[in-house]
Parts: sequence; structure tokens; C-alpha cells
Amino acid sequence: MEGFLNQLPIGLSIGAVLLLIALGLTFTFGQMGVINMAHGEFIMAGAYTAFLLQDWAGRSAVLVALPVAFVVAGLMGLLLERAAIRHFYGRPLDTLLLTWGVSLVLQQLARDLFGAPNVQVLSPTWLQGAIGPMPYNRLFILVLAVGSVVAIWLYMSRSAQGRRMQAVMQNRQLAATSGINTGRVDQRTFFIGSGLAGIAGVALTLIGPVGPTLGTYYIVDAFLVVVAGGLGQLRGAVIAAAALGLLNSYAEFWTNASLAKVIVFAVIVAFLQFRPQGLFVLRSRALT
Amino acid sequence: MVLATALAACGGDPATTEGTASGGGGDTIKVGLLHSLSGTMAISEVTVRDAELLAIEEINKAGGVLGKQLEPVVEDGASDWPTFAEKATKLIAQDKVATVFGGWTSASRKAMLPVFEQRKALLWYPVQYEGLESSPYIFYTGATTNQQIIPGLDYLKEQGKKKLFLVGSDYVFPRTANKIIKAYAAANGMEILGEEYTPLGHTEYSTLTNKVVQAKPDAVFNTLNGDSNVAFFKQLKSAGVTAESMPVLSVSVAEEEVTGIGVDNIVGHPVAWNYYQTTETPANAKFVEAFKAKYGAAKVTSDPMEAGYNAVYLWAEAVKKAGSVEVEAVKKAAGGIALERPEGLVTIDGETQHMYKTARIGIIQPDGLIKEVWNSGEPIKPDPYLKTYPWAGGLAS
Repeated sequence: MEGFLNQLPIGLSIGAVLLLIALGLTFTFGQMGVINMAHGEFIMAGAYTAFLLQDWAGRSAVLVALPVAFVVAGLMGLLLERAAIRHFYGRPLDTLLLTWGVSLVLQQLARDLFGAPNVQVLSPTWLQGAIGPMPYNRLFILVLAVGSVVAIWLYMSRSAQGRRMQAVMQNRQLAATSGINTGRVDQRTFFIGSGLAGIAGVALTLIGPVGPTLGTYYIVDAFLVVVAGGLGQLRGAVIAAAALGLLNSYAEFWTNASLAKVIVFAVIVAFLQFRPQGLFVLRSRALT
Repeated sequence: MVLATALAACGGDPATTEGTASGGGGDTIKVGLLHSLSGTMAISEVTVRDAELLAIEEINKAGGVLGKQLEPVVEDGASDWPTFAEKATKLIAQDKVATVFGGWTSASRKAMLPVFEQRKALLWYPVQYEGLESSPYIFYTGATTNQQIIPGLDYLKEQGKKKLFLVGSDYVFPRTANKIIKAYAAANGMEILGEEYTPLGHTEYSTLTNKVVQAKPDAVFNTLNGDSNVAFFKQLKSAGVTAESMPVLSVSVAEEEVTGIGVDNIVGHPVAWNYYQTTETPANAKFVEAFKAKYGAAKVTSDPMEAGYNAVYLWAEAVKKAGSVEVEAVKKAAGGIALERPEGLVTIDGETQHMYKTARIGIIQPDGLIKEVWNSGEPIKPDPYLKTYPWAGGLAS
């Protein structure tokens, strides 16, 4: 029974990890429709940022790295958008291949810079320990995920920039005719989306490997959350992440890890049969 | 095995004559190095390639083999099993190498096996594996189960650990290893409380950790491979599991992996291998020094690296004895060759083409190195089919 109850917080913490890795994608994939296969490598960039900052920040590197990784990954995303992706808007298949190529290049770059073996990122001493089945570092990730969602929500609904972003998302042409510089908005969206991947990367150093292939372990799950939640829907992503986390947790508890993956995929496929648009649908008057 | 015999039986067709690669035509002897230099296995395999390159360099400096310099041809298996088969074919047919040193996962070896048997070429495989195999065209320089897993179990039994939980990656090595472990447990009055597999590359271990903690085993036998070990040990540590409360014996975690896992997370846990960087032999002092001189003082040496390093020397010795790089001659000459290697005396068993190796259990130290706490005293005769263990009857079929 205790094991069964433990799975509840475990499920939520798996959900928090899923949410954190998917948040950035709700921007770049959800809002701009860019299938960015290099998103996982932006996560990796965030993790390596924490590794590099360790030299002078010591065990607190994880905290210091959060804002730095946001900027580092954000700038990488911005560069990718400006240099390549913007030439491929409206051509999803080409974008997919392009960003997949970029992801391979970035993996190799990491391998050349940091070596093929995983590197060590020490977690802060104050994150060692647990309340019941919930380790402090999992709690930290949960708080970070919730904090990021609140920050994004405030930004999107309260700031002028955020509202312009929503306008472009809902109707690009109308936004453009209203005088919004859609190119500028695209850049900003991509910067934030990629930056969030960087934050996720820092958090993942607490629980997972830090190596050149880190991104590949999370990219599929990130897309699953966004697709199941509904494109561009923050609350959709939150609910989908929590639901998938719990489903994963209990499916694995009752069966095993391999079968749990199958069950999660099967449930998502079945769900998308009924709701191809995901949990929530963006209602707009755009003629798409 | 049925497939293997069938393939071996059809010798003499044109494809195979081409395969008896002489590789010694010119002033150099070409040898192939085939490891994953990219993908999820690169973390481990790159270091084995480095060790093999070091051995080649040393042999060349000492005058080469049969008066010729060795010329390495390096290929990338890309952590993808069909690629291993394809690159092996390329090395044999196109580069006409005299032998190939390569592979890590059992899946990559199984993919390459038919290629080497069909083309009658030689593969030296440097990693501990699940046994139950003995290809006439493969030399196994890593441990088979009776030189690693069974000594590991003997050690746990000696420590009074009676209840075990088995955790492994979902592929051939852990599944076969666990079959052996269960047979051993049944014969030795040990209890298996749980058996769990996770996909390769899996990184979410909170549920598994919960299951292990709830089951309250005396020890965990860990056959996870690759990056999963990092996630597993990090998450086990944060769940409050320590080496004192529940030791986790690993058979795929060596010095190389400890840094990535974080010494904090794995300190005090036991591992089972045949070699550690700290193993005290004259040959090891030289090996560690040469490796650090070539690749940097921060580098560590580990069991598979040493097995790869040995493979090159053992092959070179067999070639010298045979007076030729011709595959059948080398195979015939190899049996009985004994060399003092970093892990101690290594002897090639001509019958199984496995090595006599000393089993060693070590404990991970705060400095990231591994200290030996137990060894088998003498090199153990390889027994890939566990024929000499009565409780293992039926496993080989």
C-alpha cells in the first residue's frame, strides 16, 4: 500500500519533468508550428552550462546556471531561427529535417568540446534528502516547473510583448496589418522557447546523465506532451504533463518500465483518435 | 547457434575465400577497429578504441609484427547494430584487414558474428558478456559469466546477502545474466525479490526505486548499461539508499562511468570485473602510465579498455607464433598463449577462444577509483556454457 501511495508524488514529479522539457516546445512548436528536433540539444546546452559554471560556483552551480542557461539556450535558438528556420516557415517537413541535422551537429560539437563520456554536475548539498518518497531535488524540479508556468502565464497575459505574441499566434496577417512586427515577435518567441529548454537542462542535471546524447532521451516525451495538450496551450501542456506523469508512474508500478512506455503511447494514440487537436483547442478566426 | 553452425558449414564459397584477408600484402598490416564513436554507446566504446590504438602504437614502436608496422583502420559502428555488420563487411572485404578488434554490446556482437563466420575473418571482442556463445571466429577477451557474474554472486553470498533484487536494461545481456543469477540463487538458498528491466537509454527511475525500496532486498544486482546507470544511481541516492543500507553490485560500471554518475552517488557500492586501474601488477603500472601520457593525466583506465588493449597484444603474439596473419594459422597458434597483462596472467583457452581471467570484486572509493576487496586467487578457466556448474543445467539450451 505504501508503495502504491508513493507513486502519487512520484507521478507528479515525473509530470513536472515532462512539463519542464515540454514548456519550451509549447512556444516553438505549439505557437509557431516549428518542429524543432534540436530542442533536445538546447536542453543539453543548459545542462552543460551548469557543468561549466561549476568551476566557480561550486555546488550552487545549479542555481546560478538557471538564468545563464536560459540566455545561452535562448541565443542558440535565436541564432538557429535567424540563420535557418525563418527561411523554412510553412514547410514543416523541411524544417524537421533541417533541425534534425542541426541536432546531430550540436551533439557532435558537444562530444568534441566535452568528450564522449558523461560529465559530473554536483547537486547542491541542500538538495540532498527527501520528504517521504519525494526527494528534495524532485521537489525543486516541481517548484521550478510551476514557477516557470506562472512566469510564462504572467508574461503572456500581462505584458505588451506577451499579448503581441498571442496576437501573432492567433492571426498572423491581421497582427501584421495592425502594425505588429511579426518577424520580431517570432524571434522573441523562439528565444523564450529555446531558453526554457536551457532551464530544463539545468534541472535535469539533478536526476539524469549529462552527456552529448542527453537531448535524445527527452525529445520524444516533450513532443508527446505538447501534442496531447493541444498546440500552443499552456494549460493543456500542464494537464497533459501531469496526466502522463501519473499514467507513467502507475503503469510502471503495476507492470514494468518497457510495458509502461507501450501503455503510455497506446493511450496517447487512442486519445488522439478522439481528440486529434489535443486537450485544448486554440480558437481563432485565422483562415488556416 | 543453429544459424552459426549452418553458416560455418558453408565454407569454401567465393565470399569466404575473399574473406581470408591476408592484410599483410604491403609494408604494413592493416587491422580494423570497429566501435561506436557516436550514439549512446560512444561514451564507453571510444575509450576502448583509445586503448587499442595505444597497444598498436606500442607494438609498432617495438618493431611491429613479423617486421611490419600495424596500420589501424578505424570505423564507427554508431551504436547501431546493422551498421556494425555493414562496417565489419567493409573492413574485411574492402580494407582487407588481418583482424578486427571491436564491439561492446552483445547486440553488436550478435550482428557481426555471421559476417565474421561467413567470411572466415577474426573478431576480438573486448567486453564481459552473457556467455552461452563460442564462435570459431571470435576471440572473447572480456569475462564470460563464470568469471564475473558468478564470482559477484559468490561475494554477495559471502557477505550474507540472501535477498536480491535484479535491475537491468532490456536486452540480451541482462536477461541472460538474470537467468543465470536466478538458477544460482535457487541452488544457493538465495531469494529473488524482484526482477525489473528498463529500455536502453531510460532515465526515469523514480518508480523503479520505489519498487526496490519497498521490496527491502539485502542487495541489488545491477545489469543496467550505458547512461541509464547515471539516472539510476542519482535517483537511488536521492531516495536515501546508501551502500551500507543496500549495496548495488554492478557489472557494467567501471572507472570511466563513475565520473559521469558522480562519485557522491555511487561511493561504497561494489562492482565485479577482472581489472581495475588500481590492480597491482608491473604490467598495469606501465599501462596506466602510458595511457595517461598519451591521452591526458585525468583519464582513467577500466576493464573493457584493458581487455581491448590485451586483445591487440594477444593477437600479435599469436601472429608471431603462427608466422603469418592468415586467420586459420593464427587461430591454431592462439591456444595456450599466456601473457602477463595488467590484470595478471591471461591465457587463451584454445577450445572456447575465451581467456583464463582472475575475477576481482572492488568497492568504489571517494576518489572515483575502485579498490579491490576480493579476488578469485587464480585465473578462472572460462566456461561460457557453464558446463561445470550442476545448477546451470538447461540454461545453455
